[in-house]
Amino acid sequence: MENILFLAHSEADGTLSTAALEALGAAVELKQALNGTLAVALYGAQIQSAADSISACGAQRFLAVCGEEFATARHATDAAACEALVRASGATIIIAAASSRNSRVMGALAHRVRGCVDTHVTDVTASSGAPVVTRWFYRQRIEGSLTRTQRPWILLLDPGVCSAWQGTPGSITPELIDVPISDSLRRTSVRGTVTPPADQQTIRPDAKLLFVAGAGWTKKQKDGQTHVPEAEAIILDFLRNSKASLGGSKSLVDLSGENQSTLRFMSHLNQVGQTGATPRHPKGLSACCHGEEPHTVGWRFIGERRAINLDPNCGWARGKADVLYVADAFEVMSKVNALLAAM
Amino acid sequence: MSNSFQVVVCASVVPDPLQTLEPVSGPNGPALKNEMMLPAILDPWAAHALYEGANLVKQVAGSSLWLVSMAPKAKLQQVMMTVAQKVPLQLVAVDGPSSGFADAHQTATTLAAAVRTIPGIDLSKLLLFGGWESASRSAGVTLQLVGEELGIVDQFQGVDAITPQTDGSFEVLERIEGARHQVSVCAGPPAVLGWATGSLGEPRNDPQVGMANMRTLMPALQRAMAGTVSSDGLHYANVTTPKQQRQTRIVKDMPTDEVARELVHWITQE
Repeated sequence: MENILFLAHSEADGTLSTAALEALGAAVELKQALNGTLAVALYGAQIQSAADSISACGAQRFLAVCGEEFATARHATDAAACEALVRASGATIIIAAASSRNSRVMGALAHRVRGCVDTHVTDVTASSGAPVVTRWFYRQRIEGSLTRTQRPWILLLDPGVCSAWQGTPGSITPELIDVPISDSLRRTSVRGTVTPPADQQTIRPDAKLLFVAGAGWTKKQKDGQTHVPEAEAIILDFLRNSKASLGGSKSLVDLSGENQSTLRFMSHLNQVGQTGATPRHPKGLSACCHGEEPHTVGWRFIGERRAINLDPNCGWARGKADVLYVADAFEVMSKVNALLAAM
Repeated sequence: MSNSFQVVVCASVVPDPLQTLEPVSGPNGPALKNEMMLPAILDPWAAHALYEGANLVKQVAGSSLWLVSMAPKAKLQQVMMTVAQKVPLQLVAVDGPSSGFADAHQTATTLAAAVRTIPGIDLSKLLLFGGWESASRSAGVTLQLVGEELGIVDQFQGVDAITPQTDGSFEVLERIEGARHQVSVCAGPPAVLGWATGSLGEPRNDPQVGMANMRTLMPALQRAMAGTVSSDGLHYANVTTPKQQRQTRIVKDMPTDEVARELVHWITQE
C-alpha cells in the first residue's frame, strides 16, 4: 500500500498557493485510486491557517515544521525541514507543487531520503495498483509515461495540470516536528525580492492572453528605417489595453545583450521557448516572430494561437498557429490599440 | 587569493533544437531516432553557466574554471570544437549517455565522482555551476544531486546573477514566481548555482582561446572516464511525440482594419 504525502510550504501570508491546492487535489485522487493513505506535511513561518484550510482533505496525519527559520526560501533550512517531514511521515509517494521554493530542494530531499524524484509531472494515474507518471522530455517536445519501483518517490507537479482541491476550512492541530538549525545551515541569508516597478511589470501569469514580440519589431521597416520607440509605444499600449502578459523570442531578448537597439522593457525573464519560459495562457498572439521550433516549444500550453507576420511561409504557417495574418504588425497593432481603447 | 573560487561547470550535450526529435524504443529503454547522427550543442542553460563562470574567474584573481561533461565521446568531441573557442577552460570528460531518458540520480553520481577526480580541487572553494534544467531531461535536479553528493548545502536555482563581495561572500539573484528575483547573500563557497540565462551574451569565437584550449582538450577526451547509467527501477510505459499540428488558416490580403477587428473580437471574446 502506498503512503502518500502532500508536501507544501505556506506562503508569506500563511496560506497555500493555488498550485499547492492543485497538488493536494492530485494527492487525494491518487490516494483513492491506489487505496492508500494520505498525510499532509507543511513547512513555513506560519502554517496554522494553511493547515486549517485543508483540514477536510481526508488526511490521516498532519505534520508541520514551522518557525522564523523557515520563513524564507533558503535551500539549507528548507531541505532540512522537508527531510524531517518525509522521515516522520514514512511516505512512499510525495506529491508537491513545482513552486520555485519546492523545486529548489526536491533533488536534495530525494538524495537524503534515498529516494527518487521526477519533476515537470503533468499527470499521475494508477495502473495495476502502481502510480504512473506523465512528464515532458526535451523541453515539451516528447511526452513519456513512467513508473518506478524505488521509494520514496517524489513528484513535483507543474501548475495548472490538476484541479485544485476544494473543501470547507476547519480546525486541525498538526504534529510539530522539531528541526535543529545549526550555524552551517545559516550561511545563506535571504535579503528579499527584487520586483520590477508596477508600470514595467509585463509578465502576468494569470492573464488570458500571451502577447509575444519577435525581433522583427526592431528591424528596418518599409521606409528602410527602424522604429524601436514606436514599437515600444505600440506594445506597451497593447499590454495596457488588453491586460496581456508579454513574452519575447530569444532573438529579441538577446539583442539587449549585444548592445543593439531593442525594447527597453524586454528582458530574459520574458523569453518564451527552449531556453525560456513555458507559460500557460488560454490564448496567445505573436507578432514579428517567425515561429521557429525552439521558440514554439514554449507555446505548448497556449490554447488558441494567432500570429502576425509578413512572411506567409514562416514557422507559424506550418501547423503551429490556428491563424496566421500576413500583415504589417505595426499597422495592425496600432489599429487594434485604437479599437481596444475605444471599448 | 584567499577569496578565489574554483568554478566547476557541469554541462550536458543536447540535440540542436532545430532538429526534429523522434522517440524510438532501444534495448535500454527509449532513445531518439538516429541519436548519434543528430547535430549536438552544449546544453543552452549550462552554456550560460559556462559563460558566467568564465566571467567570474576573470574578475576574481586566482580562480579557475573546469567544464565537466558527460556524453558519448564522439559527440563531446564534436561539441567541444565550438565550445573551446568561447572561453578558456579545462575539460573533464566522461564518456557516457547524454540521453534525456537517462536517470538523473545515476548521472549525478557519475558527475560527482568526476568532480572529485579533478587534480587540485578544493571543495571549500567550489562553486558548482550548471543549467537549472537541461534541454534534454529538463529535470532540474541533476545539479542539486551532484551538490548533495559533494555535501554542499547552499544551493541556488534559476540564477541570473552572482556578485562577489570583498569579504568572500557573494550575492545571488534567483528567479522566483511572478517575474521576480530573490536576493540572497551566501557566506562563501562551497555552493551550487543552477543558472537561468544570466546577463551575458554568447562570447564570440576566439581562435587564440581555441588553440590554447585544444592543448588540453584532446588529452582530456582521450582519458575520458567511463560513465554508466542503468535503468535501476525506472520503467518507461510509453514515450511519444505529442500531436501538435494545427490546421493553420493563412489570411492574406485582408485589409488592416479588418484584421484588427477580427483580432479584437478574438481577444475580447470569452
